[in-house]
Amino acid sequence: MDAIQKTLLQQVSDLHEVPKGAYSIRINGRLDSKGSSENIEIVTKDNLPGIDIYVKPGTKNESVHIPVIIAQTGIKELVYNDFHIGEDSDIVIVAGCGIHNSGDQTSEHSGIHRFFLEKNARVKYVEKHYGEGEGTGERIMNPTTEVTLGEGAYLEMETTQIRGIDNTIRVTKGTVGKDASFIVREKILTHGKQFAETGFDVKLEGENSSTHVVSRSVAQDESRQLFRSHIDGDNLCEGRSECDAIIMDSAVVSAIPEINANHPDASLVHEAAIGRIAGEQLIKLMTLGLTQKEAEEQIINGFLK
Amino acid sequence: MLELQNITYQADGKTILDDVSLTIDERFVAITGPNGSGKSTLAKIVTGILPPTSGRILLDGQDITELSITERAQAGVTFAFQQPVRFKGLTVLDLISLAAGKKLSAAAACDYLSDVGLCARDYVNRELNASLSGGELKRIEIAMANARGTKLTIFDEPEAGIDLWSFQSLIRVFENMHERTNGSIVIISHQERILDIADKIVLLKAGKIDAIGTKEEILPAILASSASCHKMEGGKD
Repeated sequence: MDAIQKTLLQQVSDLHEVPKGAYSIRINGRLDSKGSSENIEIVTKDNLPGIDIYVKPGTKNESVHIPVIIAQTGIKELVYNDFHIGEDSDIVIVAGCGIHNSGDQTSEHSGIHRFFLEKNARVKYVEKHYGEGEGTGERIMNPTTEVTLGEGAYLEMETTQIRGIDNTIRVTKGTVGKDASFIVREKILTHGKQFAETGFDVKLEGENSSTHVVSRSVAQDESRQLFRSHIDGDNLCEGRSECDAIIMDSAVVSAIPEINANHPDASLVHEAAIGRIAGEQLIKLMTLGLTQKEAEEQIINGFLK
Repeated sequence: MLELQNITYQADGKTILDDVSLTIDERFVAITGPNGSGKSTLAKIVTGILPPTSGRILLDGQDITELSITERAQAGVTFAFQQPVRFKGLTVLDLISLAAGKKLSAAAACDYLSDVGLCARDYVNRELNASLSGGELKRIEIAMANARGTKLTIFDEPEAGIDLWSFQSLIRVFENMHERTNGSIVIISHQERILDIADKIVLLKAGKIDAIGTKEEILPAILASSASCHKMEGGKD
């Protein structure tokens, strides 16, 4: 790995070198290296680009890192990664994609991640998207996440895209079984002329299933964001979606929620709040000695923390 | 020393403050007066949140009339709001650190929180969001002013919402603060117990200074007039 690739790796996965345990590193459109552990096996797909990750039942306190790095201009790829998580396991998965585009051609990564959690499996899934580079070529990322949660399973997803990505369509789908729970926390900051679209689509199928999807975002300059959420409550269940956005300059944010209670014991809530930073918040921080710009930075950093 | 020279403030064709001149050099100065008399407006003018229509403001002889809110804060002016502001995502520790002007350890922030009667461990990592009550926010606001420790601090009705705590503790915070900063503390208040500790009381009425002096000079007149008000409102006697 060269210096740029190492920087991207650190940005998206907090890794300084090849990690211990199970991992797969993809660089410039091809698999760079991978490794399995005793309990977690990573297998390259035969017919499609991508990998299958098999986690043995009962695997606990282990992690999987699968960063993707694109440091060449003009690379476009579509990758399929499937995670098969065995019963009663409890693991952390760190994914993420960093693009450095110093040329004039578009660099694009689309990843389709499918998760299949068996009974009582627990996963914390962390995904970061990061873009940089002085070139005029666009940096595009389209992550799709599809989650199927078996009985009593739990998946908590943290997904972050702070600056750097010109265009993104983020699709997150979940099918939630009996006593299972699907939590998503998304943080987005767009600027310049960037566009970000987020779509949550969750089906609460099982009795006593639940979901909580939260998006906190900041849109600066002339950037645009579109937030859609769709929750179906098909059983005794609890669902909640929240969209909380700060708009600055001439940015535009739309939130389109849809909640469908298809069962008399479904309880669903949607909250959306979009607006500028409150003047009184800026004034308060300025009375503490911060400049207006510093005050804005503090408020945004806190909001996206 | 804070000096206000002929401060007038007009908005929407109304005169909110009318030629107010005042010097503040004492330890505790209380500003009191009926609702709508211009007390909070005066505080906002001193802190730069509102610009006066005319008049000058001097801090230790330096004309600060044209300075921004930030510049005045840096020059040594602190303002504890009547209605504290909520922030999504920023924690109590973040805000107290910003007030102190440096990253504080949890232990250092705890000292300020304990002073205002909050069990620090429960609070340092709490967000200043809707989950905190008005009284909790008010005490955190006082802790932030204390962490700044500047030569001039203005509290706008600090006693509101401190029912679970005590006046005595609030007064102790003011006393400790003065000991540390050797500055002036201005308290906008209706509360007799707060007026009672003031070295100087300023009574505002309809945007003008109605009376100014020591508590011995001012307090009896205020208490008498508020008692006669009660009589009139009660409609008996």
